[in-house]
Amino acid sequence: MLRFAVKFLFILSILCRASFFSFASSETPGEQTETAVLSDSSSHENVESEDKKFNAGETIMNHITDSHEWHFFSVKKSDGSYWEASVPLPVILYNTTHGFSFFCFNKIWEGEEYEGYRLSKEHHIESIDGSLFYDFSITKNVLQLLIAVSLLVWLMLLVAKRYRTPSVVAPRGFQSFIEIVVIFIRDEVAKPMLGDRANKYLPYLLTVFFFIWLNNLFGLIPGSANVTGNIAFTATLALFTFILMMVGSTKYFWKHMFVPTGIPVGVWPILIPIEFISGIIIKPAALMIRLFANMLAGHLIVLSFLSMIFIFAEKSVIAGAGVSLFSIAFSIFIYFLELLVTALQAYIFTILTALFIGDATAKPHHH
Amino acid sequence: MELLKPELGLIFWTAVIFLTVFFLLRKMAWKPILKALDDREKTISDSLQTAERTKQEMATMKSQHEALLNEARQERSAILKEAKDMKDAIINEARDKAKAEGARMIDEAKREIENQKMAAIIDVKNAAGELVLEVSEKILRRELSGKDDQKKYINTLIEQSKLN
Repeated sequence: MLRFAVKFLFILSILCRASFFSFASSETPGEQTETAVLSDSSSHENVESEDKKFNAGETIMNHITDSHEWHFFSVKKSDGSYWEASVPLPVILYNTTHGFSFFCFNKIWEGEEYEGYRLSKEHHIESIDGSLFYDFSITKNVLQLLIAVSLLVWLMLLVAKRYRTPSVVAPRGFQSFIEIVVIFIRDEVAKPMLGDRANKYLPYLLTVFFFIWLNNLFGLIPGSANVTGNIAFTATLALFTFILMMVGSTKYFWKHMFVPTGIPVGVWPILIPIEFISGIIIKPAALMIRLFANMLAGHLIVLSFLSMIFIFAEKSVIAGAGVSLFSIAFSIFIYFLELLVTALQAYIFTILTALFIGDATAKPHHH
Repeated sequence: MELLKPELGLIFWTAVIFLTVFFLLRKMAWKPILKALDDREKTISDSLQTAERTKQEMATMKSQHEALLNEARQERSAILKEAKDMKDAIINEARDKAKAEGARMIDEAKREIENQKMAAIIDVKNAAGELVLEVSEKILRRELSGKDDQKKYINTLIEQSKLN
């Protein structure tokens, strides 16, 4: 699987027909301020701005949003232009009138037009003729997702191979660790929440847990993409939970919702919509928002602390240096907290998924 | 807000990747792992149960063994007692027999002695008679005077010897 991931990256680089680090530099030497160290990650066309001040909001947004390139850092050259260490990624677009387009992002990242597409002022891809299109690009998030799951699948297959031996063998090494987590999910999450349906949903819960956890961890690597802090990612997982809830839902669940016995009939018109909304929509929505907001918040805090260094450094270098001590200390603290949060949020997502599915698939004798 | 707007492309890829990972791991990882864990747990609980059962069996066997041993012990003492009784009986019987035999022999001996005694007395009597006759002969040969007195005396002698 790892070999597959490496091959994938290799193919990607060939497809892009670009060296890994592109040299997208602007020709005009601007009069940038000395203190602007961090550059806007997608600023290939904006380098010419007259007075480039550090914009914390923009920098942070660029770090936490998805992108068609993988930007690592920029270096200011002696002529005032920037050297961007950035990998362009494949762009896959489906246009309702023109069909599929497949090209590398470096075709348009400096503002060029290619196959009827160009970058808008907000750095989004737009079609020049205004036709409707859908973006299925291998973005930074998608690429990181692929790398993370390749590692996940490779590790799990490696662990699973240990269990192929016919006789009972004591677990060892990494297998012991995975085994503890698997047993934990089975005994502490699936069984209490799902009862006799635990075994049916256990593969899903295990996949969800490891999928989220590993992607959370990958998100902590400096320079990596913010996959689990992206609402599209959490929405997709919440959608699967929602589908499982609906597919597995029992008559009892619906009856319980629409016929709230033991409650005065007069309250029913109020209660039923509340029950319906909370039972059907709020549950998966809460899953989606909780993971998204938690992971995003962690990234935002770290980035905000680090941005403070540059904000103060613009005022005076000494202030920047002073603030950096405090900022770095706090960032490290938050970073360790985030390490805990990666597992915690994965666990919370998994246990709530189990709870919601357990509720929806409950049979009368379970209450 | 750009952050709150889920992008279709990412949803699509997340779904594709997640489903692929899910089906792959379900078949290749979770099933074998969970099965192996169940098997192992079953093996362990089975082993524990077997151990417990064996322990109980051992206890039962031990008590059985104990009972058997007790029985054997009782039997042994019974046999010993019986043997002792038999020995005593034999000894008593032998003693009684010996006693009876002794008594019989003594009786016989007594009777024999009596007989012998009687025979001896008869012999003595005969011998005495002969002796008397001899003595009388001698006396008669030597002196035949005072015949009457002497006769009387002889008769008295004979009488006396008869009484003996």
